[in-house]
Amino acid sequence: MAAPTTSRPAEAPAADSAPASRHDPDVAGLGRWRATGFAAPALILVAIFLVFPALWTLYLGLLDYSLGGKTAQSPQYVGLRNFSDALSDPLFTKALYLTLLYVGFSAVLGQNVVGFLLAWYFRNARAWVRVMLNVLVLLAWILPGSVVAFLWQALLDRQNGTLNAILHTTGTAWTIDHPMAVIIIFNIWRGTAFSMLLYSAALNTVPASHLEVARLAGARPWQQLRDVVLPTIRRHVLTNTLLITLWTFNDFTPYLLTGGGPDNKSQTLPVFIYRTALLGQQRLGYGSAFSLLLLIANLIIAVIYIRMLRARR
Amino acid sequence: MRVRVAAVVSCTAVATLLLSGCVSGKKTKTNPSQNTSAKSVSLTISANDVVGGKNAAEATWITKDVIPGFVAMEKAKGVTAKVSFVGAGVDDEKYKQKLELDLHTGKASDVFAADGIWLGELASAGYVKPLSQVVGSAATSWDGWAQISKTVQQNLSYQGQIYGIPNGTDGRVIYFNKKLFAQAGLPATWQPKSWDDILAAGQKLKALPGVDPIQINAGTPMGEATTAQGFLPLLAGTGQPLFDESTKKWQGATPQVTAVLDFYRKIYRQGLGDPKLQQDQSGRDESFAEFSKGKIGMLVESDYLWRSIICPDKSQSGCNTTAMPDRNTTVGYALIPAEKAGEGVNGQNFVSVSGGTGWLLNPGTKYPQQAWELLSYMQSAAAQEQLSKAQTRISARADVNTATLNSDPLLTFIADKVLPITVYRPSDENYDAVSVALQQATADVVAGKSPQAAAKTYQSTLEKAVGGADHVQTG
Repeated sequence: MAAPTTSRPAEAPAADSAPASRHDPDVAGLGRWRATGFAAPALILVAIFLVFPALWTLYLGLLDYSLGGKTAQSPQYVGLRNFSDALSDPLFTKALYLTLLYVGFSAVLGQNVVGFLLAWYFRNARAWVRVMLNVLVLLAWILPGSVVAFLWQALLDRQNGTLNAILHTTGTAWTIDHPMAVIIIFNIWRGTAFSMLLYSAALNTVPASHLEVARLAGARPWQQLRDVVLPTIRRHVLTNTLLITLWTFNDFTPYLLTGGGPDNKSQTLPVFIYRTALLGQQRLGYGSAFSLLLLIANLIIAVIYIRMLRARR
Repeated sequence: MRVRVAAVVSCTAVATLLLSGCVSGKKTKTNPSQNTSAKSVSLTISANDVVGGKNAAEATWITKDVIPGFVAMEKAKGVTAKVSFVGAGVDDEKYKQKLELDLHTGKASDVFAADGIWLGELASAGYVKPLSQVVGSAATSWDGWAQISKTVQQNLSYQGQIYGIPNGTDGRVIYFNKKLFAQAGLPATWQPKSWDDILAAGQKLKALPGVDPIQINAGTPMGEATTAQGFLPLLAGTGQPLFDESTKKWQGATPQVTAVLDFYRKIYRQGLGDPKLQQDQSGRDESFAEFSKGKIGMLVESDYLWRSIICPDKSQSGCNTTAMPDRNTTVGYALIPAEKAGEGVNGQNFVSVSGGTGWLLNPGTKYPQQAWELLSYMQSAAAQEQLSKAQTRISARADVNTATLNSDPLLTFIADKVLPITVYRPSDENYDAVSVALQQATADVVAGKSPQAAAKTYQSTLEKAVGGADHVQTG
């Protein structure tokens, strides 16, 4: 509103071909109102499905409100008490720590590295090998979470599990003895497809001539990777890491494998929120406070990554 | 830029203010005479039953007997009734969660099953209303009430008002495998007289390879089964009820609570039980499977195990993987002893815990009178006898019990020996939160915490759950 000098090319006569300014924001030539009209549907959807729920979560977080019992009938306004309780709740700290472990090992390290290695080693493989690999890896990604969780339960079952049958370790309760390792490996297995596809595409953008020059200069494969490939696809790496970090942060599938147990040892934040807000205690207000903290954590991660992306430009 | 920030902040503030007061409880208005003379009625029934799965016998009874019977009855009156059954086959905690969400959003079935211990929570949330308000005189003057004892009616009563028709009751006993007992040199007519007798038998069973001597439910994954089948019968054996009705106080880290947790320690930290089974997400089902295969020596459960899990008939769906064709000769049952003889509640030698489910009406139903007709039809003597043909259980109705219970030795045992000494759980709105805290305490002990430390943690959780230390009894 503050810039009266903004030109309106849409209203300007066609003959006036000289650009009004070197930094004309109206590249498409739509004018303010028509541009607003184009953006409005998207903005309205964002407002309804993103901004409103976030505000609603903030509001619920200010209430002593539960799914059952007296406070379901008459919620009490408690100000910021839920938030102060949440920050001093040892279960929350533990869940946050476990979430960071989960995201760090399964997404940032696991999916990223495995996805890249698959894309790198199979980039020149025969077509049918690549198709087979794509189908296998994609299957893990596109199958519904509940189906996949059931398959993994059959794999890891203590008495009749496939894994115990192969290793002759009947009686080993994998999900109880190593809950975090199980959900981390599970998520690497499940989510690698996305990273692999993204890196396959990214590797195609590396000019063959650069690699050829490096080879002629006597660079070993490792040196080619470090000095030619990685610098070229750096922005893809950041984008990929941002996306999989956020997805994994909010991932609920671990619940289907370990239920957050045993003894809260694999209780990541989304599982913790579910158990607080809906199962057991059913404290919707308190759970909303955690949800908002999770939202803020997501925003912080997103901002950090976007800063890094800009810095590399 | 500064203008924009101010705009965002003020918009957010306005939105938050507008939202304030948006959340309020359900104020369902009941109108018993609504649609009384409707010629076309549609009703739904929901329960945690599913044909071919969990509680299959009841699901089959609803779809094959109740619905056709009710539709025919209404047709004779010139009313076209359409009744559908919404089944489920999940853990009780998850069924309850779904039920409360359904009631909260006004989408619950007209007639639904609920556990009596949930009533305090449902009623204080305004999700259910007394029958006198939803239905009126048709319900209060029902002839079936004369057949249902006051104790059983208590299961679906809250603050002196009755909210639905009870489905029956149950009782907890110790089941044991006579074959394993014989191998361990224990008698087939075993009846422990104290907790030490249980541990001593466990020590003998421990010598058998591949056998877990004792299964007393512990931990959070088993949910209410930990509280009802494990902690509470043991606590009753120390002479203290969980909730003192006269002082309105819950038991905190008392010596009795600590004694129960110490008994858990003796079982699960000294090799008499399998701690991992208590931490397993499907631990309860696993324990049933192991018991049916003769890999567990003794197990505390209600009559549910006998009739729905280890039934001799493999073709009865629900039992197909855990059926025990030789159940009647292999499985024995004994009363749960007090910690020491005479130290149980009311000075008893033996104790038990009972509960019971029932059928409630959604206060928001469009057809209150017709929903009541359906409900009272389900709990009529004729329909209950049909149910007992599919599966004998302790009905709420005395007339039905007289006609059916004699055919089953365990149910006769529970009706004659267990029900007179049993205790019921408090129907308080905080019960569920207390129950979860108790489950956590047993989980802590199974994982290796000392009973004293687990009891201390339990007390601090309890104080938060019931609204302060004033409601908690210590020492």
